[in-house]
This record gives sequence, structure tokens and C-alpha cells, in this order.
Amino acid sequence: MLKQKYDVVVIGSGPAGLAAAIEAKKTGAEDVLIIERAKELGGILQQCIHNGFGVEIFKEDLPGPAYAQRFIDQVEELGVETLLDAMVLDITPARHIYAISKWSGFAELDARAIVLAMGCRERTRAQIRIPGTRPAGVYTAGTAQRFVNIEGYMPGNRFVILGSGDIGMIMARRLTFEGAKVERVLEIMPFLTGLTRNYVQCLLDWDIPLQLSHTVSRILGNRRVEAVEAVQVDEKWQPIPGTEEIIPCDTLLLSVGLIPENELSRKAGVALDPVTGGPYVDEGMQTSVPGIFAAGNVVHVYDLVDWVTEAGFLAGRSAAKFAIAERKRTARQVKLQPGDNIRYIVPHVMDKESLAESDQRLQMRVIKPIEEKVWVEVLDGENLVTRKSQRYVRPGEMVTVDIPQKAYDAVQKADTLTVRVVRR
Amino acid sequence: MAEEVTKMICITCPVGCTLEVTHEGKTLIKVDGNQCKKGIEYAENELTDPRRMVPTTVKVRGGVHPLVPVCTAAPFPKPRVFDLLAELRKVELQAPVKIGQVVLENALGTGVDVVATRNLPAVN
Repeated sequence: MLKQKYDVVVIGSGPAGLAAAIEAKKTGAEDVLIIERAKELGGILQQCIHNGFGVEIFKEDLPGPAYAQRFIDQVEELGVETLLDAMVLDITPARHIYAISKWSGFAELDARAIVLAMGCRERTRAQIRIPGTRPAGVYTAGTAQRFVNIEGYMPGNRFVILGSGDIGMIMARRLTFEGAKVERVLEIMPFLTGLTRNYVQCLLDWDIPLQLSHTVSRILGNRRVEAVEAVQVDEKWQPIPGTEEIIPCDTLLLSVGLIPENELSRKAGVALDPVTGGPYVDEGMQTSVPGIFAAGNVVHVYDLVDWVTEAGFLAGRSAAKFAIAERKRTARQVKLQPGDNIRYIVPHVMDKESLAESDQRLQMRVIKPIEEKVWVEVLDGENLVTRKSQRYVRPGEMVTVDIPQKAYDAVQKADTLTVRVVRR
Repeated sequence: MAEEVTKMICITCPVGCTLEVTHEGKTLIKVDGNQCKKGIEYAENELTDPRRMVPTTVKVRGGVHPLVPVCTAAPFPKPRVFDLLAELRKVELQAPVKIGQVVLENALGTGVDVVATRNLPAVN
């Protein structure tokens, strides 16, 4: 059962989101909720079955799912709430969240602080504009990774991989392990873009050829990929004529970069840095919108998950502190509510501590005229806090009443003060 | 046997030091370029008994996914990795699977176990 208001709501449950939720709870946030799009926690770590995670944080070399499990266990122990298989539709700058899921239906909730941890997504064929036909068999490396490692499908038999980033190289080994032939890994840059150790343990170990300063200049095939045309490029990435080579294959994987996923951030009014593609953040990972924090690959793309976790911890801690301060501030506030024959009151809320400084004047208008003596009463429920006599009230003439300093104690007990006008 | 120098890249951690390994056949003489002592250990193993961690998946019946990720609990002899993968293709588990659960004990007589690397709940 979802609550109406949370101290901290975390969007996304990858390494950044899990860390943020854990740290928020440990810092003293009471109600913490994670909203996750997938049916389980862990994000992309669940499909990163290779080892290499946790060397910095745990001094251990863990596979992705095992790394995620350590944080999932903590999330459960600490009593962080989760809403899985859910989509956040919108976030307002006032931290009102609209979400939808099979379990909750359409849900609206408020957060004292939000941590954006939506991660990033892969660049696709369209974003690098590879010419040629549009057959089946062109995948991003991460999509193929999900098929092979979680869903249990092989996306093809003979592969060419474009991009020497870590995901590309790790998939080259993974597909080889599953019986596929990886014909080539092509890299447009004159250097490797992933970690050197992945070059060794993913490509060299299994005799998978890597060609630097090469790219795919054309995709061939009608219904299905039949081959790609590879070409060498100069230092300006321009194809060098005469170097074209047709590589027969049935599948092309793209490992050509990641883009922070910030559609929700934009909706919340968060300012984005055009260089990183992620929010501008301060030292505590707060974005340009107060109370909205961000962590992990949604801010900029990391190369080690351990650092994503660290960023999540930082954002979670900052979000909890913000929420606690917010809770204290609103606990000191009393609402001013129009009662009988009052249309509105200004101010709408009042800091209870303000009475320690001075009397507080309320301004209001009545709904209907009363041409005889009246009381303007300020009440906490049925208890009279203060009142003032007036000879008449008219909608055209503003009414005021002062809450005196001596009412300080009475006001401390109240959540809401009602003002009404009654005949004497 | 003549002394020779082989270049290696240490894969023990994300730093990836380039090692210049001087050796006579399988006998290590010296290592240059390493930033920590793990580099020496790595070079020695590469000469005598190269091993790798092997992450892959095995089939599961009745789980929330049809596969569960597994990994060797310790580095496994590199020349036998494809034999190990063939062996793991025969394994089929029943959900639920617990993280750390042994999937294949003493794989191919190497003394290395293969273990599950996540919890996989049974489908309700």
C-alpha cells in the first residue's frame, strides 16, 4: 500500500538508486520508496553476469547480480519500500510524482526529496547514421546482453561488433562462450575505448580480432543482415577509399556510447549540462531544483560501478538531510483555513515560531455581508485562540484579525487554525 | 632454453598494468611494469597455469527467468573453458535458486566449483 507522502523517493533501482535509498534510510529518512520500471530490483547489473564489480567497495571481484544482491539485501533489511513494474509519468518541481503500475494503478504521491537514478541508455543505429538497408539483426550490445543472459535467446550466429567499449568486448566473449562466431570488433577511434583488461580477457584470450580506426560503412541484407561493409577511417573519421571490406555476418551489435536518460529530469524542470547530457549538480548531488537530487549514470556515464554506488550514497545522504529539514520546517507550520463566511485568508500558512517575534496579522474577505455586530474568531478545532469584535462585515471591505504573542502556547498545539465570522 | 621477454596485460584489477615479463620457458625471471605484487603472481600463473573466472548461465525450470547466472568460484584453467561451458549446458536447476548455491561441484575434476551468482525466485 503506497503512502501519500514519503521523505525520499528514489527513481530507479540500479546501483545508484539502491545506494541512495540505503543511505537515505541510514541518514534518518523515515519513509523511503524506490520506484522501478522492471519487475525486479538491480537494474542493468542483473544482466551484467560477468565479474569485475566491487573491487573498490568490497575488495572483492563480484559478478553484477551478486554485487546488486548485497544492496538488495540491505534495502530489504532497512525496510525501504519498493514499487516494481512501475512507470513514473511525471515529476513536478514541487516534487509531486505521478506513476502507474499494475499493482498501484494510477498513483500520485509527494516526496520531501527525490533522487533521480534512471541511469542511461544506449546509442542506436539512428544516432550514428549507418547507411545501408534496414534488415533485422542490428542490435545494441546491451539489448543483446539481456536476450542472452536473462531471456535465454541468441540474437544470431555470426557477429560483427561495432565499438570497443566494455559492453561490446564483454558481449564478444559472451557470444563466443555461447557458441557464436564473432568475426570482428571494429573501433572508429585509433585506440581502445574500454578497459585494457577487457581487451585481454574478452578478445585476446579467445582470438577475437579487433580493428582500430575502422567503422561500418554500410549494412547489407534485405530481411536479415547478410554482411557489413567495414572501412578504415582517417584521423577525421573519414572513410579511406579502397579499404572497404565485406564481412559476412547475420548480426551487427552496436556498442557506440551511452546517453544519460533525463526525460523525467526535464519534466521536473531540472537544468541539464549539454556536455554530459545530465543535470547540473552541486557537491551534494542536488540539481538546479531544490529537493531534487541525481546520482549515477543519469548525471554522467561512469566506467566503474563502484563509483556509481558512491555517488548514490552521497545523493541519498543529501536527500535525507533535505527531507528531514523539510519535515522540521513544515512541522512548525500551521495552516490557516477559511471557516464560516470566510472566502480566503492571507497568509495561507504561518510559522508557529513567528509569534515569538511579534503578533501576526491575518487578512481575509467574507463571503456574505452581515450588517450587525459579529465576532471574528480564530479557532483550533473548537478551542478559541483569539477573537475580535466588529460592527459589521462586507465582502468589499477586507477584514483583519491579529493573533497575539500571548497565544503562542495555544498555537503550538494546532495543525490548522480556522477563522470564522459569527453574529454576536 | 633462452631467456625471452613477453608483454602481458595484468587483468587482476581495472588498472590493467602492462607487464614486461622476462622468463625462460615457464620459469619466471622478473616482471617490470607492475604497480602491485598481484602483477608478479599474475605473470607467474600466465606462464605456468593460465586461469580465468568463467561467468555464464545455466537453465532453470520454474523460475522468474529461464536462466540463472553462474560463475566459477575461483579462476579456472583457461584451456578447458570450452569443456566447462559444454558441461554447464547439460545442467538444469529447479527454482528457487539461492545465491552461492553450488551448480557444478569440482568441475571437470579441477577442484573448482561453479556457483549461482543471484537469487532466482520461483514463479508464483
